[in-house]
Amino acid sequence: MTLLAVEGLNKAFGGVVAARDVTFALSAGEMLAIIGPNGAGKSTTFNMVGGQLRPDTGRVVLAGQDITGQPPRQVCRMGVGRTFQVAQTFLSMSVVGNVQMALIAHHGRTRDMVADAARLYRDDALALLARVGMEGEADRPIGELAYGDVKRVELAIALAAAPRLLLMDEPTAGMAPRERAALMQLTADIARGGGIGVLFTEHDMDAVFAHADRILVLVRGEVIAEGTPEEVRANPEVQRVYLGTSGHKAALRARRAAHG
Amino acid sequence: MDVGFIVVQSLSGLASASALFIIASGLTLVFGVTRIVNFAHGSFYMLGAYIAVTVVPWLLEIDRSPTLFFTGVLISAIAVGVLGVLMELLLLRRLYKVPELFQLLATFGVVLMVQDAVLKIWGPVDIPGPRAPGLRHGVEILGQRFPAYELFLIVIGPAVLGLLWLLMHRTRFGILIRAATRDREMVGALGVNQAMLFTGTLFLGAALAGLGGALQIPRVSASSQMDLSIITEAFVVTVIGGMGSVPGAFLAAVLIGQLQAFGVLVFPKITLVLVFLLMAAVLVVKPWGLLGRPEAAAGRAALPEGILAVRGFGRVEKLIAGLAIAAMLAVPVFGDAYTVKVATEVLIFALAAFSLNFLVGNGGIVSFGHAAYFGLGAYAAGLLVTKGGLPMEPALLAAPIAGGLFAALFGFFVVRLSGIYLAMLTLAFAQIAYAVCFQWVEVTGGDNGVVGVWPSAWAASRQVYHYVVAACAILAIIALRRVVYAPFGATLRAARDSEQRADAIGIDVRTHRWLAFTLAGGAAGLAGGLYAFSKGSIDPTLLAIPLSVDFLAMILLGGIQTVMGAVAGAAAFHTIKDIFMPLTDFWRFLLGASIIALVLVFPRGLAGAFAGWRA
Ligand SMILES: Nc1ncnc2c1ncn2[C@@H]1O[C@H](COP(=O)(O)OP(=O)(O)O)[C@@H](O)[C@H]1O
Ligand SMILES: [Mg+2]
Repeated sequence: MTLLAVEGLNKAFGGVVAARDVTFALSAGEMLAIIGPNGAGKSTTFNMVGGQLRPDTGRVVLAGQDITGQPPRQVCRMGVGRTFQVAQTFLSMSVVGNVQMALIAHHGRTRDMVADAARLYRDDALALLARVGMEGEADRPIGELAYGDVKRVELAIALAAAPRLLLMDEPTAGMAPRERAALMQLTADIARGGGIGVLFTEHDMDAVFAHADRILVLVRGEVIAEGTPEEVRANPEVQRVYLGTSGHKAALRARRAAHG
Repeated sequence: MDVGFIVVQSLSGLASASALFIIASGLTLVFGVTRIVNFAHGSFYMLGAYIAVTVVPWLLEIDRSPTLFFTGVLISAIAVGVLGVLMELLLLRRLYKVPELFQLLATFGVVLMVQDAVLKIWGPVDIPGPRAPGLRHGVEILGQRFPAYELFLIVIGPAVLGLLWLLMHRTRFGILIRAATRDREMVGALGVNQAMLFTGTLFLGAALAGLGGALQIPRVSASSQMDLSIITEAFVVTVIGGMGSVPGAFLAAVLIGQLQAFGVLVFPKITLVLVFLLMAAVLVVKPWGLLGRPEAAAGRAALPEGILAVRGFGRVEKLIAGLAIAAMLAVPVFGDAYTVKVATEVLIFALAAFSLNFLVGNGGIVSFGHAAYFGLGAYAAGLLVTKGGLPMEPALLAAPIAGGLFAALFGFFVVRLSGIYLAMLTLAFAQIAYAVCFQWVEVTGGDNGVVGVWPSAWAASRQVYHYVVAACAILAIIALRRVVYAPFGATLRAARDSEQRADAIGIDVRTHRWLAFTLAGGAAGLAGGLYAFSKGSIDPTLLAIPLSVDFLAMILLGGIQTVMGAVAGAAAFHTIKDIFMPLTDFWRFLLGASIIALVLVFPRGLAGAFAGWRA
């Protein structure tokens, strides 16, 4: 079943066309990777789906409902959680406080002026942190964590809204290689286990080819190829324009890893 | 209304616009390069006028020629430019990296110091200036007489605009100014001597303010109130035009000049309200002003960190809070009348400061006009008692409602902005409220205000009224503190830490900020109502900028990063003020210097020091 349908999105910043007629679809439980060189328009596409940017033309349809141009808070309430290319968290709060805040918002209690916020949804928040392996750090200030751990907490924050769709813009940027693999595996498990669709961008080809069900290749705002990892890998234009030889090697490595 | 009259009215609007533009262009240039909104710009204007009324008559003694008149004007401008250089070297240089709130407060510290310095040097009496030789006559325009000097002013504004354009496009210095206004990093990367650029810009900006002041002397006397009245207008011009944009400032000055020239015919009393409406309309449609650029203002957060992790009271804190409350309740039993009065005021200001830090520290909403809601609460209560004939109890109920309603009205616009624009809009709203109370003499009593705001008979004694205040203020602080710890308070902190993340988890940031602004306005209104009855009178100083700055100084002194710091800051500030103000003629000078010292060496305040000691 189609969870997210993106139809003919266009976005230009002044003279720069950041997205041109971007079209794709994503089903529940599927992991779709968008790859492309820097400045290809990946973040722009994410932001148009997440509501941070309004597309010039085109439609974003989530589970049959048109959400084009809705603000992020509305998109969130429709069941979309996201992480940002540069992690966005509440720096004055503890790790668990960040997740509790997301739960408070999810349950519509943000205008409650009486309850004790520190006690609210603490157990649920700890459970979410356990899912991303961060329960041990729950009461530390989030500013003290290593960047890789912040990214995990961000995933827990995104999951607090019980999303149907996760948007993850470069989830492993700035992480050590081993952390990367672990986070992508975690994301894949969560997505497949919960039937959550995941749209992600990634520079690490190993991660992409190991976990993506399908790949979308974006170059200068245009989708130049789309398909399964095998199809994309075999696509001569992709090899020429983007993957080059290093990408090809990564693909081979990933296949070897996947098939022993 | 005949054509001649309309033309003359429009011309006088243009003359005011010219004068306003010259001043505002300096403010906007300095902001563009340094990203500092310089409150002391109004002081430079005032100094320009004072120096001119000293120098020009002295030159005219030699020869009553236009050349010497304008030589004197230029000397004044250059002298003020040199003072601007001094300010850059001694103060601003240390401020470029600190949060905007601290920059605003520190430059306001300079305003306070200059005010006392001017009084010391030139005395309290206004000094009229000489008229300009050669431009003393009137000119006949369509059957109306129009002063030649005003015509001259009309020419001088565009002339300054043209000269600035040449400077910005034809000289290396000017091209660097434009580059810095557009992109700070680029200038740094080019290896330009930034220090020289900044110092030079301060010279230019201050000299323009000085020129504006010196050119005013044939029209208005030099007075020690010139600084704050002009700075508000200059703020409004730069905000409407777009911070950092000189052509924007010109456009805005012309618009405002015309609006005031014709507005005065329709609504003689409330031209300021029209100006404000224009500003609100512009900011809603174009939040960065007519010709402004978003990056210029949205560069830095207003605060790097506000209230950090909110923790419940430990045993030591509980003990201190209990002792403080007990002491406040014991004052009427043991203290003399004077101590009771001071203690009552401390409680009132503690509530006002707490409500301000609810916005600033907890919400990252830097309000520079919080006294507006305090004052409006006081006026609501005072007018209901004196003019409405109501007793104290319902009037005290009306005070927070009035504060809250006006905060809701103004806040609707305020929360659409952020950072420095937000701070300036809160200031502008406060000035509007001040102007209405000041000008609407029939209702508000104007400058003198209204006397006879006394409590009901049962609460008439100082002691009993102290308990009334204690009950209201302590309960309100406890309630507001509860909100800080509640989901609503946490949501405000979340939006302050990362607006983007807050939005992405489903929070409607703007609505929550608006509610917070309203709530804080209500609390400040209650404090204002309590204050009116403790003084027995109301007057416009209750809404004026200096009181807003006092509130900010209280939370700064107490420590913005902590929940209860505001209360400690209010107590310390008010006690110090009460002890030292009667002892010195230089209270403002001391206060200004203390604010600057706090910002530079003690930015975490008393509670910050306490937390450091506990840790
Ligand atoms: N807010 C913006 N204003 C102007 N140009 C932008 C903005 N956001 C992105 N761009 C431009 O759009 C293009 C695509 O950027 P982006 O979506 O961030 O690429 P990616 O995430 O694939 O690296 C780039 O050329 C970038 O400079
Ligand atoms: Mg990107």
